[in-house]
Order: sequence, then structure tokens, then C-alpha cells
Amino acid sequence: MTARRQCFGLPAIDKTWLLLAGLSVLGLLLPLLTYAPNRLLTGRGLSVLTLHDGLAMALIPAAVLLVAACFAPESPRGLLARAWWSMWFVALLLWSAGHEASKLAGAEDSLARVSFGSGFWLMSLACLLMASESLRRLALPPLRQTLCLAAGIAPALAVLLTGRLDALSLLKEYQNYQDSFDTALIQHMQLVLFSLLPAVAAGTLLGLAAFRWRHWNNWLFGSLNILQTIPSIALFGLLIGPLAWIGKHWPGSGIAGVGAWPAVVALALYSLLPLARATCAGLQQVPQDVRHAAEGIGMTRWQIFRRIDLPLALPMFLGGVRVTAVQSIGLAAVSALIGAGGFGAIMFQGLSGSALDQVLLGVLPVVALAAATDGLFKLAASRLDRNRHD
Amino acid sequence: MSALSLPVAARQRGLCLSIAVLAATLLALPHAASLFHYFFPELERPLYTQESFANLLLSHLAIVAASSLIAMVLGAGGAILVCRSAWRDLRPLLETLLAISQSLPPVAVLAVAAPLIGFGETPALIALVLYGMLPIAHGTLNGLDSVSPELRDVARGMGMTTAQSLWKVELPLAAPVMLAGIRTSVVINIGTAAIASTVGAKTLGLPIIVGLSGFNTAYVIQGALLVALLAIVVDQAFESLAVGIAAPSLQKS
Repeated sequence: MTARRQCFGLPAIDKTWLLLAGLSVLGLLLPLLTYAPNRLLTGRGLSVLTLHDGLAMALIPAAVLLVAACFAPESPRGLLARAWWSMWFVALLLWSAGHEASKLAGAEDSLARVSFGSGFWLMSLACLLMASESLRRLALPPLRQTLCLAAGIAPALAVLLTGRLDALSLLKEYQNYQDSFDTALIQHMQLVLFSLLPAVAAGTLLGLAAFRWRHWNNWLFGSLNILQTIPSIALFGLLIGPLAWIGKHWPGSGIAGVGAWPAVVALALYSLLPLARATCAGLQQVPQDVRHAAEGIGMTRWQIFRRIDLPLALPMFLGGVRVTAVQSIGLAAVSALIGAGGFGAIMFQGLSGSALDQVLLGVLPVVALAAATDGLFKLAASRLDRNRHD
Repeated sequence: MSALSLPVAARQRGLCLSIAVLAATLLALPHAASLFHYFFPELERPLYTQESFANLLLSHLAIVAASSLIAMVLGAGGAILVCRSAWRDLRPLLETLLAISQSLPPVAVLAVAAPLIGFGETPALIALVLYGMLPIAHGTLNGLDSVSPELRDVARGMGMTTAQSLWKVELPLAAPVMLAGIRTSVVINIGTAAIASTVGAKTLGLPIIVGLSGFNTAYVIQGALLVALLAIVVDQAFESLAVGIAAPSLQKS
């Protein structure tokens, strides 16, 4: 940490907290909600200050506390308090937004649409950054960090699950599209899983081959790199032709040019490079001395592979699987363009109707899914690491 | 990593070859109606003719170039700023933001931008800039980190100002890693720009989108072929550029 100058006798504080406090105050002045009489009209912004309601008004002292929390000392207790309060603030923000929305939206058959405004997004982002930055500085062990994260999300989740947000148009969209949302979730997971499983098998074999036969490396990684360069929409498009041809000449296979097939094939192809590279790099970083020592004590080649190479290369390999899974979850969203379904279908449908809420209904689950996958793999990797050092 | 061990001539060969294939495809496609008719006899119009492919390519390149330039200024500028002593406090925040954004697919930024800003080139440009900044900022941070502190001290010892040390010592040494970030950003942007046809931007994605919505597989293949080749050409160009600047540099081992 760099030493900070003190100004006017006040303790100098980190610019991070100043910036985040500034963003939250700015967010308070921007519209918390936007209100539109129906789907076609553009919404009008409503900031906390124009709402004149108890719950919304409570946001003002809460925000003052949030700013005060930014000046809390950099001690573990201060950091924890900051993280804790910023997450509670998000929950309060959601609750008051939902409460206002239910008052504004009126009867159930009303066409009025109340959505989150720019102020809501800005304040939520500032709070999330505040919480994650505090947690990062606390440097807790991974498991406790995950528990803290879960405890942080709990109040916001409680607000959502107790139906306090149901009057917001994002949730109304969800109720309208509940069936297609559930289908999209299953399709999205299927696309990712069915492409990842064969890709892990093939990618590992390619990585092993690249490690075993070095002269193969340039050729293999060069061509996989070119494959990786091809944009997703282009690869999906290029696969339609050949797969349609296979489907026509081999009708029993169930292979078709549009739908899930080109999507799964393309996602699997994209996964090959990170997986092969992670396998090869994982094996390359196993010290040659360790292998020699293992040979010295009379291990067979298979034993060396199973007991030395495999466990030592595993963390890097898992890192590759993590990157691949996160990448596939995002890319699967694009595959809706070729009719593969998934959350991308909801997103593109909203895009063609210029309906932001519907777009968000497709985008937010993808981001959540990717972030959760990333977190789970990182947690698994840290457990693995700990077991090794114990 | 693997490509770095290739001889220089081989990499230039990749660039020349890919440019030649793109140019040949671009010239041949307008005359390939009978070929596509042979493969897709059921299609009445097997060749996309609403707009010339060369025009689409140019406008695709224009969007990508404009957004990448802005993204370079903002992304690299932001990263350089948080590496300066006055703004060093904000560096962890930028890193957290970059880490969070890694679970954000590029298409999500585009999809959110369009309903907010409207249809056409503007939302596409804004989305491309916003997402394009991330890999560049990441590359710049890593690049500046790779410069050894001793070299920075030497620069100061020679009497260079902070700005001089940045321009003459740190940035040239950080250039290879920064370039890798710019390469990632531009290649991603080429793909996202193609998808931006769904929000009304005129790019090579247009034949793909029109073909998909009109069940015209021939259109899809024509657009996809050009988008893929364009991405490969640009990637190869960065590869050659990387050779040029990677050669004589002192790096922390």
C-alpha cells in the first residue's frame, strides 16, 4: 500500500471508496424506476427524491450510512461492515423499488410497465463492487469467502423470492414467459453439457498428443487457433451446410442443419483449444526432476502418469475446463440465432421487439450461470489445492 | 505461445495466404450464383445481392476500426492511469471489474445497448467500444506489470520525467502484451459486429441474419464465409505485427 497524504487533518481515504460512494450518491439522484403507461411508450424516470414514500425515503438515510461505511477503517471489522451493509443496501433498494412498482403499476391487468431505472443499476453496481472489493481485501480462505458471498446475496434473494418484486416488468415478463424460461434453462444447460463432455475427452487427448509429440504442437495449436478466431455466428453458419447434408443422406441419425446440432458441434470445436492447451501446459509444468525421481524408485510409465503427472497437471487442467465452461455458456447465447434455443432465444426475441426487460430476462441468467460456474470451479480448485498442502 | 516458435517467414505466409483467400472469395462470390444454385436447387435466389459484399466488408471494417480505436484509447488510457501513483488506489477496482466482466458474453452488451439507444450503427459502436475496452485494459495492465521496476528506476536515474519514462521505456516494453490484448479485442469485435446486424448495423452479418430469418442457407454460408475469413486475416495481421515488435525487447524474466 502506498502511503497517503493527510489533508486538513482528516484521515486520507482510498480513492476506491470515494469513487464508489460518489457513484452511489449519483445513483440516488438518477431515476430509481422508469414508468411507462404501456409497452410502446417510452418510460419516464422517477428518482427517489420524487417518490415521496416511506420506504423509498428510507433509502436516503441508508445511503448516508453507505457513504459513512466508505469511511470505515481498513481493519477486518471495517471491511466486513462495509461489505455487509452494501449488500443489505442492495436488498433495501430492491425492496423499495418493488414496493413503489406495485403502487405505480396498479391493477393486475394494467398495461403500465415499471422497470428498474439507471439509478438502480448504478447503485447496485457500486454496492456490488464495494462488497467484492471489501471481500477481496479481507483475503478470507476460499470456503469462508463463498459463505460470506452467500450470506451477502441472501437478503436480496429473500426480497425476490417473497414476491416483493412481482410488480416490476422484469418479473412480469418472467411470469409471461415462465414456460419458455424453464425450457430455455434446460436447453442452455444441455447445449453446454453436451458440447463440453465430448470436448473434454477430445481436448484432453489432443493435449496429451501435443505433449507427447512436440513436433505436432505448431501444427495442432496453429489450426485450433484459426478455428478459435472464427466468430461464433460464422462458425454456426458454416456448419449448417455440412450438417444439413449429413442429415439428408443419413436420415436415421437425427442430425439437422439448424437447431441444436450445429450449436453443439461449434461449441465443442471452440472448447478444443483451451482444453488441449491446458492439458499440454499442465503436463509441461510437471518438473522433469520429479519424473526422473519416480523412474529412479522404479515406477512404471503408467504409474508415473497416474501418480505424478495426473495429480500435478490437474489444477491447470481444471482451470482450462473452467475457462471453457464459462466461454461456452456465453457462446451458447448466440446459438439461438440458428434455432438452438436457450436463453439467447429470449434475448434475441426481446431485441427484435426492442423490449429491454425481455432482453434482460435472457441476459441476466446467462451472466449468473457463467459467474456461478466460474465460482464453483474456483472453489473446487482451491479445495484441491488445500488437500494437497495438508 | 506455440506460434511464436514458427519462423518469421511462415507467419508472413499465413497473412499473405489468408488475404489472398479473402480477396479471391470476395471477387468470386458475385459470380458464384450457379454454384450455389447447384447445391441449393430449391432456392429461387441463391446469391445475396441486396448489397455488394465489398460494401458490406468495408462497412464492417469501418465499425470495427472505429470502435477498436476508441476502445484502445479508453482501455489503455484507463489502465495506464491506474498504474500512475495518483490513481493507484483504483487499480484493484479495475481488476475486480475486469474479473467480473469475464462472465459477460459480448453479445449481452449489444443486446442491452440496443433497446436503450435505439437501432442502427450507434448502439453497435457503443457496445463494441464497451466490450472491446476490457481485453485491452487487461493487456495493458499485464504489459506494464511485465516491465521490471529496475528499468523504471534506471529511466528515472537518467533524468527522464514520468511521462518520458512511460513513453520511451515502459510502453515500448509493454507493447507485445498490450498488442495481444488489442488482438483479442479486435477479433471479438469482428464477431460481435457481425451479430450487430440484428440491431440494424450494416455489416457482413447481414446476409447471415437475412438468410437465417428467410431460410436461405446459401446467404448464411456466403456471409459466414466472409466473416470467418475477415477474422482470420485480421488475426494473421496481428500475428505479423507481433513478430515485428517482439524482437528486440528487454523483459523481466
